Amino acid sequence: MKLSMWTYEGPPHVGAMRIAASMTGVHYVLHAPQGDTYADLLFTMIERRQSRPPVTYTTFQARDLSGSTADIFKAACRDAVARFQPEALLVGASCTAELLQDDPAGLARTLDVPVPVVPLELPSYQKKEHWGAAETFYRLVRAFAGQVARPKDIAANTCNILGPTSLGFRCGDDVTEIMRLLTNEGLDVRVVAPLGASPADLARLPEAAFNIVLYPEIADTAARWLKKQHGMPFVSTVPIGVGATEAFLAEVRDLAGIRPKMAAGEGSSGRDRLTWYARSVDSNYLTNKRVFIFGDATHAIAAARIASEELGFRVCGLGTYMREFARDVREAAEKYGVEPLVSDDHLEIEAAIVAARPELVLGTQMERHIAKRLRVPCAVISAPVHVQDFPARYSPQMGFEGANVIFDNWVHPLMMGLEEHLLQMFRDDFEFNDGASASHLHSHVQAESIDLEETSQPETADERQVWTIDAERELKKVPFFVRGKARRNTELFAESKGIRPITVETLYDAKAHFAR
Amino acid sequence: MNRPLPSACATPATIRERGQHEVFCGLTSIIWLHRKVQDAFFLVVGSRTCAHLIQSAAGVMIFAEPRFATAIMEERDLAGMADMHDELDQVVARLLERRPDIRMLVLVGSCPSEVIKFDLVRAASRLNAQHAPRHRVIAYSGSGIETTFTQGEDNFLAALVEDQKLQTTDRSAAKLVVAGSLADVVEDQFSRIFSELGLPDVVFLPGRHATDGFAIGTETHYVLAQPYLGATAAALESCGAKRIDAIFPLGGEGTTAWLWAVASAFGVARAHFDKVVAQPRKRARQAIAHYRPTLEGSRIFLFPDSQLEPSLARFLHSELGAEIVEVGSPYLHREHVAGELALLPPGVSISEGQDVDIQIDRCRAAEPDLIVCGLGLANPFEAEGRTTKWSIEFAFTPIQGYEQAGDLAELFARPLIRSRLLAGRAAFPEAAQ
Repeated sequence: MKLSMWTYEGPPHVGAMRIAASMTGVHYVLHAPQGDTYADLLFTMIERRQSRPPVTYTTFQARDLSGSTADIFKAACRDAVARFQPEALLVGASCTAELLQDDPAGLARTLDVPVPVVPLELPSYQKKEHWGAAETFYRLVRAFAGQVARPKDIAANTCNILGPTSLGFRCGDDVTEIMRLLTNEGLDVRVVAPLGASPADLARLPEAAFNIVLYPEIADTAARWLKKQHGMPFVSTVPIGVGATEAFLAEVRDLAGIRPKMAAGEGSSGRDRLTWYARSVDSNYLTNKRVFIFGDATHAIAAARIASEELGFRVCGLGTYMREFARDVREAAEKYGVEPLVSDDHLEIEAAIVAARPELVLGTQMERHIAKRLRVPCAVISAPVHVQDFPARYSPQMGFEGANVIFDNWVHPLMMGLEEHLLQMFRDDFEFNDGASASHLHSHVQAESIDLEETSQPETADERQVWTIDAERELKKVPFFVRGKARRNTELFAESKGIRPITVETLYDAKAHFAR
Repeated sequence: MNRPLPSACATPATIRERGQHEVFCGLTSIIWLHRKVQDAFFLVVGSRTCAHLIQSAAGVMIFAEPRFATAIMEERDLAGMADMHDELDQVVARLLERRPDIRMLVLVGSCPSEVIKFDLVRAASRLNAQHAPRHRVIAYSGSGIETTFTQGEDNFLAALVEDQKLQTTDRSAAKLVVAGSLADVVEDQFSRIFSELGLPDVVFLPGRHATDGFAIGTETHYVLAQPYLGATAAALESCGAKRIDAIFPLGGEGTTAWLWAVASAFGVARAHFDKVVAQPRKRARQAIAHYRPTLEGSRIFLFPDSQLEPSLARFLHSELGAEIVEVGSPYLHREHVAGELALLPPGVSISEGQDVDIQIDRCRAAEPDLIVCGLGLANPFEAEGRTTKWSIEFAFTPIQGYEQAGDLAELFARPLIRSRLLAGRAAFPEAAQ
């Protein structure tokens, strides 16, 4: 049993629902107890979908357990097919139905329905949402692209886009942005799946020369299978960030045998604003800001690259909740010299953020809560997200426009440069002081919160005396967003030199020692 | 499974259906209970789905440190049962170490824990032996197979009453128990009225602190403030308490009838009662009058959700002049809502249970002016050009009592006003410029 205050991912059947809801012509019959229909409102409310997700639940109750829940399931399948007339039927169980062992897969074989039935085996007590989505997509691709023969003549510039789903982070706009870039390069995108695709579209997947995997957590399994089955190569560089987008386009051009329209080196000029914005002197103060990054593997790794190579931040923490992609995150973390954090225990992530003392947190909806508690600026870069991250305006993360969106979103929560300078010079202003947040973000009413500095305070009175009163007072003159770091560095320095107590001198000695 | 079962024994004729139920399970009630009872912590013993449900339903309301959590069962827990009690003990120990301020730990059963017959009541009494008196541990079921939405609160309150029986208390039995969680502001208003009526010893169940304690005896009367409390009523009666029969305190007239039922049970004179409630009653009438023009004659269809539907329909009909097309309720406790149903005009369809696709067909065919339904249906209906009022809000908003009668009317009027406002803008685009 695992104590969980927050879960980063839902159960695997929610992943399956996301695939069904992404596609057209697919209906999902889910053997589940009454109440599991809550998942509908992820789609109707968070994503503001205009129709009910294509899911029929058996919603059995306690009194049904004495009868035949298997019959309820079969009746639900027949009714769903009659009412919605889908091209394909997905059948599966939720966690409670898994315990009943009615075996939807076995029952599905005995169903006399006139459409193909794809049974799902999603182990709810082992796996989670993204695994469920990937498995469902793979099963569907296998079912519909498995029997078809690959045509002999395939134009080299044809490709499919795999991975975007309903309830994915900015998936819809990412697809628009990437389609535009690819079309501009002369590529012919045949099928986008699962978002917007029908089972018939899946059967056309082998007609393209290669696949593009935009979201590996959803489409990696299917792309690997298509490679094995039909010999289709795939691109798995995720085009989030300017550098990554250029690498992605180069890789795609390579596979498609297309020459670049522009000579190397001038490829990006004018196509994104991030490059110039980050170079302009106004962004000078962003240099080496400490940033903690957590999210799904794809977005976390991409964010770390943008943060360190394109915005000049320093990555002080990197992690993911996806064990399936732990290796990729470990590799990336090594590059930035930080300890990788692979965990779905939100208390552990909170502890890591407190320990890393970042000046900016890039994370999910949950890190937004942690950052709020710790009063650290924060931007959301990955699912799970809430309704505000399904915005009305065009806001991709991928491609060149995605980089523009990222520049604005990540810099926005930080205090502006001049504000930061003035705070350092004049600490006692009555309205523009240490405790106040960035002036464009909050009212002057100070929120009750836990200061990063507070959490690092020594526990016993004896340890407290390590700092002289003067040194404590001097420490308060360090701007609040780096004060926690300064305190820890000074204590580390004093300990390594055997200095006790810490004086004003020690504080400045440490500052010189650690100067960045 | 989609065939409606006609039922002759219920009056008025009830449509009883068995099919897909588009409702929340009882776990959802933790969302308001954990704010109401401030020293309690709700630990769901369930699956990842349960955890996901509560955090999705609670939405932005979740705090970095909410007073609820889930002990998520894993593969190895399902392998052997003896193991699970040890596992639970460890989870509870870790939790209580992190939150020593918790006075009452509530273990909440879910579908998975019930299907494998994991005995939480036994676990609670074992944990009680370990952690009492510092932490009290009780258990109830909020599973979807047993409970629908607000029924979770019912089971919690029943468990509180049962637990109270086990406690020795030197208090004398309360004169009046008001059962059903109410917004703090509503509770205060009722308290004031009760004291003006001269009724002392009123206990609200649940109280703001689970550890406050109360006593119930044969001289106790209880009145339900919420219509979904069948199990709680039974538990109270098993202690000897007597029910005061009343309709529910929604709207000005509903509140008056409810309060009078209580007052007359304690022998308060009608003249005194009228004097006490005269002013608030007038205020309620005045506030409701603002919204009557919007709702009068509107045809309203209510999907099942919280069991509040019969009371809401009665209020809409009798105080706002709306026409009721169908009243759906997940469950009808006939004795408790008899008064409400009697006040509905003849010809109103009453449905118990649900087959959501068939009910949607009926609703579309009826073309109501306003549909009261859950969040899974609301936006899809709106996208069809229909106007909806999402029903979960009635569980999260102060709606009972005189001072809230206008707010309750406004909840129904708002979507109608809004759709007229936005329709006007679309019709006259130049006016918006």
